This record gives sequence, structure tokens and C-alpha cells, in this order.
Amino acid sequence: MLDDFFTRALLAGIGVALVAGPLGCIIVWRRLAYFGDTLSHAAVLGVALAIMLDANLTISVFVVAISVSCALLVLQRRGSVSSDSLLGLMAHSALALGLVVLSFLTWVRIDLMALLLGDILAVSVNDLIMIYLGGGLVLGVLAWIWRPLFAASLSPELAAAEGLAPERVNIIFMVLMALVIAMAMKIVGVLLITALLIMPAVTARRFAAGPEQMALLAVAIGILSVFGGLFGSLHWDTPTGPSIVVAGLVLFMLSMTPLGRRQAAVRSPKGE
Amino acid sequence: MLTRSEALISLTNAGVQRGRQWLVRGVDLKVHPGEIVTLIGPNGSGKSTTAKMALGLLSLDEGARAQSDALVVGYVPQKLAIDWTLPLTVDRFMTLTGRVAADAVSAAMTATGVAHLWQADVCTLSGGEFQRVMLARAMARKPDLLVLDEPVQGVDFNGEIEIYELIQKIREDVGCGVLLISHDLHVVMAATDRVLCLNGHICCQGTPVAVASSVEYQRLFGLRSAQSLAVYQHHHDHTHMPDGRVRHADGSITDHCHPDDGSHDALPPADHVRSDSAPLAAGRPAGERPREDQDAG
Repeated sequence: MLDDFFTRALLAGIGVALVAGPLGCIIVWRRLAYFGDTLSHAAVLGVALAIMLDANLTISVFVVAISVSCALLVLQRRGSVSSDSLLGLMAHSALALGLVVLSFLTWVRIDLMALLLGDILAVSVNDLIMIYLGGGLVLGVLAWIWRPLFAASLSPELAAAEGLAPERVNIIFMVLMALVIAMAMKIVGVLLITALLIMPAVTARRFAAGPEQMALLAVAIGILSVFGGLFGSLHWDTPTGPSIVVAGLVLFMLSMTPLGRRQAAVRSPKGE
Repeated sequence: MLTRSEALISLTNAGVQRGRQWLVRGVDLKVHPGEIVTLIGPNGSGKSTTAKMALGLLSLDEGARAQSDALVVGYVPQKLAIDWTLPLTVDRFMTLTGRVAADAVSAAMTATGVAHLWQADVCTLSGGEFQRVMLARAMARKPDLLVLDEPVQGVDFNGEIEIYELIQKIREDVGCGVLLISHDLHVVMAATDRVLCLNGHICCQGTPVAVASSVEYQRLFGLRSAQSLAVYQHHHDHTHMPDGRVRHADGSITDHCHPDDGSHDALPPADHVRSDSAPLAAGRPAGERPREDQDAG
């Protein structure tokens, strides 16, 4: 079964959607979408360094993403540049640096399109193992820190006052995010990772009454997007990564239609 | 089990600085089990800052903080804006920071009068309902220490008295210590053991009765002292100016004030005007309290 490239692609997409759902919810709740973008742009630098040093691609991307997160934390504490400017600066500096480093490596011909847009159809069995092992690890840790993570998303002060450790949980969350970006890069490419993370979560919000429900719904919507995108790209011969994101967009737009609105109205009995 | 002599939390000469300005300093504060300590003071006098110091949310720039082992805290913050992107029902909110037994949740929600709202989306609650839900959440944790930062904002007048009675009842049932912040001086006095009046530092403290019977108090309030609820309606003898300097009664201006600067001097009332004192002294009728529904989504 795993001999078929399409089956492998489906399994890889589902694996990433399983992780992206709950993680995307946290990103939406904490308004970290642009932070996710910054990390994924930095992935280009990670790829360039991996090729230059002949290192493992996923690990290199992970290390660069972690370094960028730490640099952000340090620079934010200094407080001389506003957070959004800082994110923009780091995102595009990392992207530009990565492209410049790549241009020096004249002996490799890197497929820039695959890097930016992903190549889910080229996923190998080893990649699959990596996605499911890494994804299992991420989900396990996420389940372990879920309560403090959610409480700290709502109010860091309340969480800290009642004995949870929001600072520690935030750092763990950043590591998880870097891991998922390193994993998801192959699937949809660095330009579209954030879309894969936040689109299912945003779509799920309309139908969810609680945080856990929203995370599960986001997983389901993410898997639907993967199916829609893969079969769509097979049918219309479109690039696969962008097709998955377009499928996500279609689901989001469907949720905005009156059908979605009626659902949402039922959930809030006290619409003032 | 904690004995009465052990303080749940204590601050010793604690202070926090922002830039070169002290938000509050020289605070000595202890809360014991079964004790209700109330912080009062004008806006910007450091009430919330003191509560946050006590909770360990702010690192101290001077002084020390201690707390008893395995302290369970219930906290009702002054502001809690819940964004629409966060789907949250009332019953999920109850277990936000830890597991709580279902019967403790329903008991707390019944006591605060929000039992019927358990399935409601938190975003759809009115300001007063949300305040009661927050109180129920803190109660259900069966805390050793309950910290309430203006717990009655947005609650109507009758509800306000109910909530203060409830706080006393929690104290009796659970035996927890309570640190209460309020500017509603007139009601809170009946429900408190010790009052600390803040004005950038502790300007005076004691039991409500002791202060009510003090000479300074009689002189300030005369016949109105019969309405002993308005105990702390005194005038401060110095004013904190916006830039952090302090104007004293004699007109002199200094960089900061000291804990031994007086506050109960029999100075003419015009010396120091407290923005929130006038309507309270007049005795606010029940119907006139404006509802603050800013939290309603």
C-alpha cells in the first residue's frame, strides 16, 4: 500500500493535519499567526545551512526555527523595536539570507519551487515515519501541557497566580511549533505552512463550543483539506501544496455561508 | 493544617518600581487563614500592584515575599477580556487552571447565583454575570487564599451586598484567607477584619471599628460617623502628582512620600480631593448605580 506515492502523500497530509489542528488553535488564540510565518520563512535559511553543512534537513530547519524564536524573545525583552516590526524584520532577513546562501552553493541545483511550495508527492516511507513519530511526540507533549497552555492563552496572570507556570509552558510550545514547521515544510512548503496551521482552526471556531472541541474539529477540517487538495490536484493537475490550502479556503468560505451561521447561532443561546 | 499564626502570604517592606517611579513601596502585608484583609485607596494608589506582589506576579524591586507551602490560590483579576476566538463555556472555564470536583463547581455556581448559566458561552455573559462566574471559579478551587480584585464591578447594588455576604460565608465555610481590593468602601467595611489604606504606601491600617471610634475619624465625619460604613472616607494630606512627585499639605513638593507621612490630619477637606469620595459620602441610592456591561460580548 505504501508503494503508491498518492497513498503516502495522503498519509503524510493526514499526519500533519493531526498535529496542525490543536497547534493551530493555540496559534489563533494567542494571535501568533505572524510568528508562525516568521518561523517558516526562517526554514529557508535552515535548508540552505543543511545543504552547506551536509546535515539532516529537518533537524537543521528545526534548529534554525528554535534560534529565531530565542532571538525574538531576547529582542522583545529589550523592547526597542515593536513586536510586529521585529517579526517582519526577522522573517524576511532569514528568507533573504537563506536565498543568498543558496546562491553560493553553485554545485547543488536546489528546486526552489519545491522548497517554497512543498512536494508532498515525493514523500518517502522514511519521511512518513518521521512525520508520525514526530507528530506523536508533539501531540503527547501538547496533551501534557494542554491545560496550562490554554489557561495561559486566556490570561497569563491568572494562570501564574494559581500556580501554573506559563513561562515554561510557552517555551515548550515554541519548541513544538518549530518541530511542526520542520515537519510540515515538505508537505506544503515554507510559504504555506501557516495557512495549514491556522485555516482549519479558524474554520473550526464557528462550530466549536469549547477549546478541546475546537481542536478536534480543526483536525477533522485539516484532514478534509488534505483530501480535497490531493484529489483536486490529481484531477486538475494543479500543484499539490497550494491545492491543499485552496481546499482549506473553500471549507472556510463554506463555514461563512448561512449554513455555518445557523450552526453558530444555535451554539449561543443568549445572543444579545 | 495551617494554624492561625502562620501567614498564608506575607510581604515585608515590599515595593515595585516602573522606570524611576515607585508604583508602591514599603508595604507590609500578612494574610492569615480565616482573615479578610481589604485594600482600599484612590485610583493609582497601588492596590492592584500590591495584590500582584502578594501573588508573586510582579518581581519585587525591594523587600521580600513569603508564602506557605502548597498554597492553593483562587484569583479574581480586575480585568479579564476573553476574545471571541477562544471558545469557552462557563463549565469549561470552571476547570481552567486545574481539575475541580463536579459537586464543588455546582455548589460554587449555586452560591453565586449563576448555576443556570453553566452551558453559556463566556463571551455572551453580561459584566455582572461574568463577575459572579469568576468568583464561582475561584471558590470552586477550595482555595487557601482568595484574592479578589474589585470583585463587584458591574454587579448591581443588591448583588454587591450579596457578594460581600458570600465572601464572608466562604471564609467561614472554607476557612480561607481573603485579600480583597475595593473602592466601594461603604459596603465592604462590614465584611472585613483588617483594612489597609494605600496611597503609594500603606497610609493607615487597622480594624474598621478601631478607626471608626478614633478621634480623627470623629473629627472628620462628625455625626455621619453613625453611618459607620463610611469608615475610610478620610482625606489624605498629600497628593501624588501625575509625574510621580508628591505635593504635601503645606504646599511643598518632594520626589516621594514616606510611610510616616500622615493621612488623618484634621485639614480642611479642600486640601485633598478624592475623585471617588463624594458620591459615596452622600450615600448612593440603589437605583442610581450605573451598570458596567463592558464585558458583554
